[in-house]
Amino acid sequence: MPEESQVSLVVNGRTRRIAVDTRTSVLDLLRERLGVTGPKKGCDQGQCGACTVLLDGRRVNACLVLAVAADGSRVTTVEGLADEDGPSALQTAFVEADALQCGYCTPGQLCSAAGMLDEAKDGWPSAVTGDLAEPPELTDEEIRERMSGNLCRCGAYVNIVEAIRRAAE
Amino acid sequence: MRPFAYERAATPDEAVAQHTEGAAYLGGGTNLVDLMRLGVAVPSRIVDVTHLPHAQIETDGDGLLIGATVRNSDLAAHAVVRERFPMLARAVLSGASGQIRNMATVGGNLLQRTRCPYFQDVTRPCNRREPGTGCPAREGEHENLAVLGHTQDCVATHPSDMAVALAALDARVRIHGRGETDLDGLYGDDPARDSTLRPGDLITHVHVPPLAMPGTYRKVRERASFAFALVSIAAALDVTDGVVRDCRIALGGVAAKPWRARRAEAALRGGPATEDAFTRAAEAELAAAEPLRDNGYKIPLARNLIVRTLGELA
Amino acid sequence: MTRIEAYDKVTGAARYAYEFPAENVAYAAAVLSTIACGEIDEVDADVVLAMPGVLTVLSCENAPRLTRDPREGELAVFQSRKVSYRGQLVAVVIAETSETAHEAARLLRVVYRDQRAPGLDLRTPAESQDDKPYGAPVEMGDPDAAFADSPVKVDATYRTPAEHNNPMEPHATLAYWEGETRLTVHDANQGPSRVRATLARLLGLDERNVRVIASHVGGGFGSKGTARPNVVVAALASRAVGRPVRFAVTRRQMYAITGYRTPTVQRVRLGADTTGRLTVIAHEANELTSTVSRFTEDSTNPSRVMYQAPHRRMAGRLAALDVPSPSWMRGPGETPGMFALECAMDELATTLGIDPIELRIRNEPETDPTTGRPFSSRNLIACLREGARRFGWEAHKGKGLGVAAATFPVYRSGSQATARRESNGRYTVRIAAADIGTGARTALTRIAAEALDVQPNAVTVEIGDSDLPKAPLAGGSMGTASWGTAIVRACEKLLADPTAREASADTTAEVQEDSGYSRHAFGAHFAEVRVDRATGEIRVARLLGVYAVGRVVDPVLARSQFVGAMTMGVGMALTERSVLDRDGGFLNTDLAQYHVPTSADVPSIEAVWLDEHDPHLNPMGTKGIGEIGIVGTAAAIANAVHDATGVRFRDLPLTPRTVLPHLDRLRT
Repeated sequence: MPEESQVSLVVNGRTRRIAVDTRTSVLDLLRERLGVTGPKKGCDQGQCGACTVLLDGRRVNACLVLAVAADGSRVTTVEGLADEDGPSALQTAFVEADALQCGYCTPGQLCSAAGMLDEAKDGWPSAVTGDLAEPPELTDEEIRERMSGNLCRCGAYVNIVEAIRRAAE
Repeated sequence: MRPFAYERAATPDEAVAQHTEGAAYLGGGTNLVDLMRLGVAVPSRIVDVTHLPHAQIETDGDGLLIGATVRNSDLAAHAVVRERFPMLARAVLSGASGQIRNMATVGGNLLQRTRCPYFQDVTRPCNRREPGTGCPAREGEHENLAVLGHTQDCVATHPSDMAVALAALDARVRIHGRGETDLDGLYGDDPARDSTLRPGDLITHVHVPPLAMPGTYRKVRERASFAFALVSIAAALDVTDGVVRDCRIALGGVAAKPWRARRAEAALRGGPATEDAFTRAAEAELAAAEPLRDNGYKIPLARNLIVRTLGELA
Repeated sequence: MTRIEAYDKVTGAARYAYEFPAENVAYAAAVLSTIACGEIDEVDADVVLAMPGVLTVLSCENAPRLTRDPREGELAVFQSRKVSYRGQLVAVVIAETSETAHEAARLLRVVYRDQRAPGLDLRTPAESQDDKPYGAPVEMGDPDAAFADSPVKVDATYRTPAEHNNPMEPHATLAYWEGETRLTVHDANQGPSRVRATLARLLGLDERNVRVIASHVGGGFGSKGTARPNVVVAALASRAVGRPVRFAVTRRQMYAITGYRTPTVQRVRLGADTTGRLTVIAHEANELTSTVSRFTEDSTNPSRVMYQAPHRRMAGRLAALDVPSPSWMRGPGETPGMFALECAMDELATTLGIDPIELRIRNEPETDPTTGRPFSSRNLIACLREGARRFGWEAHKGKGLGVAAATFPVYRSGSQATARRESNGRYTVRIAAADIGTGARTALTRIAAEALDVQPNAVTVEIGDSDLPKAPLAGGSMGTASWGTAIVRACEKLLADPTAREASADTTAEVQEDSGYSRHAFGAHFAEVRVDRATGEIRVARLLGVYAVGRVVDPVLARSQFVGAMTMGVGMALTERSVLDRDGGFLNTDLAQYHVPTSADVPSIEAVWLDEHDPHLNPMGTKGIGEIGIVGTAAAIANAVHDATGVRFRDLPLTPRTVLPHLDRLRT
């Protein structure tokens, strides 16, 4: 028998209380129960990044987070990146650099980029950082490495990196 | 996914008590949730251990005491880890993606299960998943699988990068109520078994003793990022006056556990720090390798990696 | 002008098939066969049907009959007990939630009678006399004798693996019925009109009672070109439970039921005189198909047009094996075929000791070497020269540079479109085109605006719905040409009659007129690679594509298409390979094992194009741009690897496993 559990999450600033099957992922909760369809399901295995959201400010694969385990968390999806004044600098940069084609990986790319820029601001290193003891500079090589968890089959990477660099400046 | 009860443990004792038959501990979920969806793991109860008080990194003396629920990204970003254990930081950073590292815990990383394609597919035989069903990898597809320490029953490799560095660092894994073990003890010698842990055993910490020599981690993979290792190496080397005083070498991607290259280390200690000596040491280690039909390339790859990495550290 | 739907896509407002709201929706999950050939003895649904939340199970034991269509073997879901490949759809479970549907699918017991070991072997051209020839082979002069007599020869066999399209959006459908006869589906596909026709035929419905909506489509690259089993399953499932049903193929299931590029074994023989002038081109290919769908990739196709040579043979053979059905994948035929031909040309250049660009110049044909027709335009040499100049070709030879040519035929299909005058100077153009990421909405808006002589922001283009005027699919690099022609004609008609509110066009007759020309796009690919001789790791440092593709409608979109296809070409060259296990099923069926390139794999990619005016194409003067970008990329990379290492690798992909043993031999 499916087990149910009551959870409460703040999704894009709005508190949502809902009973979920313990098996439900944050991704399916958003897409199939809450009508928040910005996050995409590309693999359901944490291997493509299309489902990336910010969970308590950090980028994660929503397909691998059980909703029950995320009880009490803040979730920001691509719908939550914009504010009242309109799209964020990252979103605008993606449009202007044509950093998307089919658009299916785009919400994940954007949430991942937002989380990644915060990580870089906090001085986190990456696999291509030269001197680990120093805070890394966010070069194109660093952006490419840090965004490698977001696959884009249309091959928009060159423009995605461009957009992120512009937004970071 | 099989229905399951969900429990959130606040203390290690509570976690162990909640871990009844058929239960599984949930860390970051990056491997377990996937395996549950694939039907490879079918726990009837999930015990969430991410709220245990094990999310700290303590720097006792020069060593590290890493809580089992520390997230991989926090470990790699920690100032002391970056400065004094760059081998470990690099290993963690070379694994998975930024998102996965934000979720994955240290304990879960150690206990992640092989990515052998047969293991992950419940419609195919696999001795590791279902003992006695056979190992199709041996005659089938095995180009990413083991060349060392494998048996007729299983040719799987261990997927972790972090564990390779921890093996080289002589890390000790603390199991709640059961003391400590090194990584060889954690994984054991039977490649068809994931680890020597018993049901309910809970990893609480990993202790890393200080290391007073330069070390690094290098990973070879098919694509430039976000891929499991074909072969990887964690190495550290202390050379004084052209003589190898001490060294550590562990290989990833070659066996069912991080492969501590003790023969190579023994061959190097007290000898010259030359390319010839590095090559001989590598060959001494790899003499025991038994490549399968399509993974023989891992032997020159491992040898070249050892020689190059030691050369860079010398 | 930015992509019209760009803001919808960056804010999450753009909805894909699975995501449309539906009241009281149910969820379906598929069960695939675990044997490669045999029969289904029994589908034992009792346990599953007793699970709370399970609504029903459809399989060969109870599914309604579909109209038989031998051309659509993949779509005859649940119509027979026969299992023709491992991973074939054998049942679907419909349940209240996706969690329950997937769990029930996991537990559904299907009993098989396994009949024999599957036939899986793809042979070389020399070994395969009993495989069936496909297409219309070319045989000109006496290729065997001419090859024997040639003073300079290349005789090489190339292998390309099975590759999977892997669009980011898995194939998905939301289906609902109004009564027994009216069906609406939101479906991820490349051509709503075609999917509607297929669905209507299979389900025995009037086309007017079937509506297929594909507002936004998360990539396809050929795999969504035709109706896929998911749309049929969703329609049947929705009818069975009398509720809307959402059904998505899982990523792992996609490897079996949504198509892939056939592996190829290709033998290329080139004979030349000592100046490099080709006397013979013989290109033979072996490919596979399944036993339920006859699909031919036609890898020898590009050799018909590329180079002059009086003696020619282009022939392919097809083996029908017990494997999943291959299908279109970006640049079908040209992509694997040009890998073989363009590597062989590089080998010939090496043998002759002449520059590979010069070799191509010496073999430039005056007319189509196979049909004798004049080319409507052909600027291959200009592409090669422009690329050489931009890439620094002369200065860097021997340092890991490679070049290859590319070509893709110009196709066009008949289409309908309407143009409508709205109040306040605005226009609406309607056509059942699909935007799978190409930017079709935007390109068609530009084309309509130009035809109407207004600013693009005065035009609204409606696409992605089979209720709109019937249109061909987004595929074969012919979307813009086909749709654009119909839009231009509709706009012309509207302008010709200032009193008319709306005008329609149907270009079926127009596109059938024979232009008398051989019409192809051409391009040149340049690659620079770094090869780590100790590890066998190969990384692409730079890629450049130079194209001659007629007129470019929108430079931003065009560049994205070219660069994107070249990125896929990097995967083809270095990482992508689908492994068929001995049990007949694909093995590495996820994105951690099937390696598509990541951002870290593509540091620098440039795409440029020549100003090409070709009056023999269509009203816009365009050739297709969606596929040519991948065509020569893998060959350029493989040729660059040869330049860097001196070793010729003829089997893709070039991974440490295939490369290192050869490099290591050189070291020691």
